[in-house]
Amino acid sequence: MRVLAQIAMVMNLDKCIGCHTCSVTCKQTWTNRSGMEYVWFNNVETRPGQGYPRRYEDQEKWRGGWELNRRGALKLKSGGRFRSLATIFSNPVLPGIKDYYEPWTYEYKNLTDAPLGDDYPVAEPRSLLTGKPMKIEWSSNWDDNLGGGPAGVEADPMVAKAQARETADRAAVQVKAAFEQTFMFYLPRICEHCLNPACVASCPSGAMYKRTEDGIVLVDQDRCRGWRKCVTGCPYKKVYFNHRTGKAEKCTLCYPRLEVGLPTVCSETCVGRLRYLGVVLYDADKVTRAAATPDEKDLYEAQLGVFLDPADPEVRRAAERDGVPYDWIEAARGSPVYALISTYRVALPLHPEYRTLPMVWYVPPLSPVVEALTGTGHDGEDAGNLFGAIDTLRIPLEYLAELFTAGDVGPVRAALERLAAMRSYMRGVNLGDPADRSVPARVGMTPDGIEDMYRLLALAKYEERYVIPTAALGDARRLEESAVPDGCGLDAPGGPGMLPPEPPPGAGPFGDDSGTYEGLPLVTIENFHASRRRQTADDIAARPEEDL
Amino acid sequence: MDTFLWGVLPYVALVLLIAGTLWRYRYDKFGWTTRSSQIYESRLLNLASPAFHYGILFVLVGHLMGLFVPESWTNAVGLKERAYHLLSLYGGTAAGVLAVAGIALLLYRRRTNTPVFRATTRNDKLMYAVLLAAVVMGMWAKLTNSSPSSGYDYRETIAPWARSVFTLRPDIAAMEGVPLTYRIHAVVGLALIALVPFTRLVHMFSAPVQYLFRPYVVYRSRGAGELGTRREKRGWEKVDS
Repeated sequence: MRVLAQIAMVMNLDKCIGCHTCSVTCKQTWTNRSGMEYVWFNNVETRPGQGYPRRYEDQEKWRGGWELNRRGALKLKSGGRFRSLATIFSNPVLPGIKDYYEPWTYEYKNLTDAPLGDDYPVAEPRSLLTGKPMKIEWSSNWDDNLGGGPAGVEADPMVAKAQARETADRAAVQVKAAFEQTFMFYLPRICEHCLNPACVASCPSGAMYKRTEDGIVLVDQDRCRGWRKCVTGCPYKKVYFNHRTGKAEKCTLCYPRLEVGLPTVCSETCVGRLRYLGVVLYDADKVTRAAATPDEKDLYEAQLGVFLDPADPEVRRAAERDGVPYDWIEAARGSPVYALISTYRVALPLHPEYRTLPMVWYVPPLSPVVEALTGTGHDGEDAGNLFGAIDTLRIPLEYLAELFTAGDVGPVRAALERLAAMRSYMRGVNLGDPADRSVPARVGMTPDGIEDMYRLLALAKYEERYVIPTAALGDARRLEESAVPDGCGLDAPGGPGMLPPEPPPGAGPFGDDSGTYEGLPLVTIENFHASRRRQTADDIAARPEEDL
Repeated sequence: MDTFLWGVLPYVALVLLIAGTLWRYRYDKFGWTTRSSQIYESRLLNLASPAFHYGILFVLVGHLMGLFVPESWTNAVGLKERAYHLLSLYGGTAAGVLAVAGIALLLYRRRTNTPVFRATTRNDKLMYAVLLAAVVMGMWAKLTNSSPSSGYDYRETIAPWARSVFTLRPDIAAMEGVPLTYRIHAVVGLALIALVPFTRLVHMFSAPVQYLFRPYVVYRSRGAGELGTRREKRGWEKVDS
């Protein structure tokens, strides 16, 4: 056993309203540069739909992820090492800019500079690639909420896959795309920071790596040579080519924020509070074997088997032996991600069949099933009715199974039943009815377990959603005060009272400073953790003044 | 003039190549890339780029063989001048045609595809001019001085000179009487060598052979100095966008 720690994420899809706040804040933080106009480290897809880039899940075309060779060993779907080097001069399956979309801006100057006339001036769209006027035909969320019509649903590779499965009841798979009965759900996607990353494996330069401390997958910008193999290797198409610098870039899981104990920008700004971040301990020795599980439907269980229970004293001893810091092991015990994935088993991986062992998991959407049931005159929150309704969700189970369990309906139904049980049981609790202990029992849970899950999923307190240990507790204090000069100003060269000759930096790691003060030392007035407590406290009155 | 061209220029080119590559590696790792434009246009590139690269690699092998394997060695293994000439004529021409066709298509693509053209820097244009000149002059020199029955034997003139450059006793006299086309080709070739570290050609030194031998998944620990901000490096300046 070799214990490694990973910061993982779970998203509760029932809460996602598709507002794209995560995408926008992520873009403003990371990809608002030239060369990255078309890039969204975080994007939100309406499902069923084609996704971004278009039809990226069609791996017969894009060749992302891993497959098993004849001997049952893992090999990259895009081809082995020799093949990779032989085709290095042009990547035959690289998505073109049109598969994402052609980025554009508007000729805003027209609005102010147009001469007086009878017509209103318009800001014409201009391509950011050619500089010429262009017709806007696609973008990262063009088919949002069925924009572009039902054709988008039919183009979803997962709909076709679910329909092609012999075992599936085809009638149930007909996704109801007609506008009047549409229910769609939203799938926010970031890099999966996989345990068995295909992008890292396909990088010829060895520029991509998985960090041992926190499992974040990164591109070393100084080593990347722009071979573009990672873009093909990633089945989620979450590594992007910066066409200005000629290097690959990807979601960093906001590691500069995580290192100081802050959640990622997408999590922090999520309006629906649907994202969870926490530490998962896993056994690095089991990764390859789990990824090579013969039947792709067993990959979900196999990945669960890679995770280690942080409550197990033996695991804790092994983690300590392998150099996982104490506060990380403690954080793993309180990890909401581990709870949702392994304890409550309501979170599922996205496309386990790619064999990359992804580490961003999803709680599948229950759909507006309660409202639908109530509309038919039934008691929508009665446990019996709810369980029965799961099989006739307007988003068919078969479709969800194609996304989350390689087509195996069982785990998806089990997760949804647990969510339904929680809903039904908690209604009883909230109405003061005698608790119906049979409901949790039906889904293999205890009343306490259901209430804990309810607290995590429905109340979703900030401190419980994000349990993030800092990169180095000992270093945190130094980092925080790193903007403050080490020595006394009087000791500086030039005699007593001399202040540092060079002006302090305009922006520190925690934001811009407030104006010019040439020669004056920078002093933090409020320390970083105090300001975080102040900003995240639920109750303003409870704000501890002495922290300031 | 001869002293400058065959006694000084090679050393200038070699010094620029070596020192330039070291400088580039230390100063501009971030800019060290193929700067691929495939994301803009794939169809032509999928044909032209492999054609050019495989062509130019064979051309490179041919040059190494022709210049740095002495005639006495090939004679010793039984490869006589006539056989060698035919090999170099047909093999070299095939590789050259592949490279020229590839680069021609690449240039056509670069000129006609707007996004690709807009991504072309002045540095690229200079590089393309010198590269194209070197390849075309080489083909010209070979084809105008050869016929299937006989050809100009550069292995008795140019090759000894090329080797003498590396023994630091440049044999300038060996280049006397070499046809003009060959001389031009050699000078343009030296210019190309000098340009390598300062253009996108530098990506040739990143041929990722080590990929064949390393484990698939790379793990790396965050270095001790990698916590917090670091000194600004070239290419990492703040952008105002």
